[in-house]
Amino acid sequence: MAVITMRDALNQAMREEMRRDPSVFLIGEEVGQYQGPYKVTQGLIQEFGEWRVRDTPIAEEAIAGVAVGAAFVGMRPIAEMMTFNFSLLALDQIVNHAAKYRYMSGGQVRCPMVLRGPSGAAAQVAAQHSQAFESWFTHVPGLVVAMPSTPSDAKGLLKASIRDDNPVIFMENEVLYNLKGEVRDEEYTIPLGLGDVKREGKDVTIVAWSRSVQRALEAADLLAAEGVEAEIVDPRTLRPLDEDVIFDSVRKTNRCVVVEEGWRYAGFGAEVADRVQRGCFDDLDAPILRITAADVPMPYSKKLEKAYLPQPKQIIDAVNQVLYR
Amino acid sequence: MKKDEALAHYRAMLLIRRFEERCAQLYVQGKIGGFLHLYIGQEAVAVGAMGLLRPDDYFVTSYRDHGYALARGTDPRPLMAELCGKIGGISRGKGGSMHFYDVPSGNFGGDGIVAGHLPIAAGMGYSIRIRETDQVVVCFFGDGAVNEGAFHEALNVSALWGLPVVFVIENNRYGMGTSISRASSVKDLYQRGSAYGIPRQDVDGMDLLAVREALGEAIERARKDKQPTLLEAETYRYRGHSMSDPGKYRTKDEIEEMMSHDPVRLFAKHLRKKHRVAATHLEAMDKDVLAQVEDAVKYAEQSPWPAPETLYEDVYVRSPFINARAADRDPAWRAARSEDRVPQEFPVPDDAKVGS
Ligand SMILES: Cc1ncc(C[n+]2csc(CCOP(=O)(O)OP(=O)(O)O)c2C)c(N)n1
Ligand SMILES: [Mg+2]
Repeated sequence: MAVITMRDALNQAMREEMRRDPSVFLIGEEVGQYQGPYKVTQGLIQEFGEWRVRDTPIAEEAIAGVAVGAAFVGMRPIAEMMTFNFSLLALDQIVNHAAKYRYMSGGQVRCPMVLRGPSGAAAQVAAQHSQAFESWFTHVPGLVVAMPSTPSDAKGLLKASIRDDNPVIFMENEVLYNLKGEVRDEEYTIPLGLGDVKREGKDVTIVAWSRSVQRALEAADLLAAEGVEAEIVDPRTLRPLDEDVIFDSVRKTNRCVVVEEGWRYAGFGAEVADRVQRGCFDDLDAPILRITAADVPMPYSKKLEKAYLPQPKQIIDAVNQVLYR
Repeated sequence: MKKDEALAHYRAMLLIRRFEERCAQLYVQGKIGGFLHLYIGQEAVAVGAMGLLRPDDYFVTSYRDHGYALARGTDPRPLMAELCGKIGGISRGKGGSMHFYDVPSGNFGGDGIVAGHLPIAAGMGYSIRIRETDQVVVCFFGDGAVNEGAFHEALNVSALWGLPVVFVIENNRYGMGTSISRASSVKDLYQRGSAYGIPRQDVDGMDLLAVREALGEAIERARKDKQPTLLEAETYRYRGHSMSDPGKYRTKDEIEEMMSHDPVRLFAKHLRKKHRVAATHLEAMDKDVLAQVEDAVKYAEQSPWPAPETLYEDVYVRSPFINARAADRDPAWRAARSEDRVPQEFPVPDDAKVGS
């Protein structure tokens, strides 16, 4: 086991898959000569050359569309969005093309591509550069959506996403790129749609993904000091969703809090809450509570940014509420 | 072109014309629904292009897509069945008029988003460069598409990276009811190519031989020199934008003027003069084509409706990298299979084979 950053884990995943399979290539803004806007693709152009690590103009629809077209004829492109904020300019390629051609063609076409990059809040970059988009992409049938929270998960899930034959939206998090964690030395993949318990506990289930897992872990430590043991369930993939790992936990704790960084209105947490209330109705001892970002555009000021984002304190309050403490 | 080849081209144009006329009738009878965009008047472009493609080349088109599949030699029967929403359709009744695909023949088909398939054509061209084959991609779209951002992005990267893609504007003068003079700052649409420094050319899209010549050069340039071309084929759609459009924004004079350069009649004249084909021969061919279209209609009518279970099929590909236990709670995952479908395996009602 080596302890590495999320950034290096992602880099290793791409490097290993590009070595293994000549149909894998990478395309995006600054992914090559600049070594990646966040250095996730460091060193890849040196090893694989400019055709397999393609620097592009600032043209998100072309980046996504080139990936889609190449995937239709048997390549396995990895398209990088500098951040998911800019994926809105590529949305037509993802929603109308990558996700739909298999269906519209009666099963003749497949689109084995990955669209990856950082999503979620960064640090003080304001409304257009700090948004969580998982609810947008999970809404679309035909897509797979993965959101890792640890270096180990990032590596295993990215390798699976590259090998999978469906279009995978792979959302990373800028703030997590420096997060360190243990990663196995031997080759491995993690199946998409398999959740993971990030902390065991008997009193309450906290469902969280991506950076929210960190916030939930912080909250759980503080709760433990008060004698409350929270179980943290990270689905890791939001579509398809591993209901089993969530339901098993809720059936044990009888209480559920869902934490997400996106807006509350029609956020993915509502999908989780809907499934839990149907799947575990008799097991629930309290209403399911949701912790989300504030329903406003992201502000710039440090103080306001903090007020906007879900904080461990809010998670603790919600846990206390479902425990009637 | 040799005589046999010329006759085959004529037959393909005639097949498109008769197929489309029959579609219009079926639409009025309520047997075809949704949007129906007919290709009548533009036949020379698709037929001219398909005669030049190799079996391993790729093409993508807009939603006005019947002509390309027919010109490429796709069986008209599953195409008609698709229009009627039947399980024997080329897209199993899931695509309809705007979404014809026939992947074994390189047809990555019918895109309903104006200019949405242009970046995809570039991506296919990119894959050709990585694999170092000498295939080409031909991308067909309307005059309206040149005003979309996707047109600009796709042409820029195709020129920048040297992608073997031929971009064909079929300028039929209107995008729905908006004439190009009200939509494009530049009237000669092929001149848009100058912004990307790529070869560009204007061609009479009613003249099959002219289309062949211009496209032939462009395809060779893509194949050998790895360079994209922007071609503008000046053509005309005789009918409204779709079946619901009476086309009132066009003058009678304009329509009559364009119809006097009818691509099918023009090429018939050529066949008779150059290849000494008898008028009776062409009439017999027309009868044969009409019978082929009727056979397709019969096939479509006899093809069963899709069973409700097929609703969830063809969304995902079953894959070992998905946790099936969780995914299979969703009917779309349960119905996912690992192989792609090919049109040949689609269900064929036995008695519909009669007369083919
Ligand atoms: C992005 C997008 N905007 C609008 C439409 C609606 N629409 C469908 S066809 C069309 C006109 C396109 O004209 P043109 O590109 O000239 O092709 P033609 O129909 O003449 O073949 C419009 C506006 C659409 N399908 N996609
Ligand atoms: Mg037009």
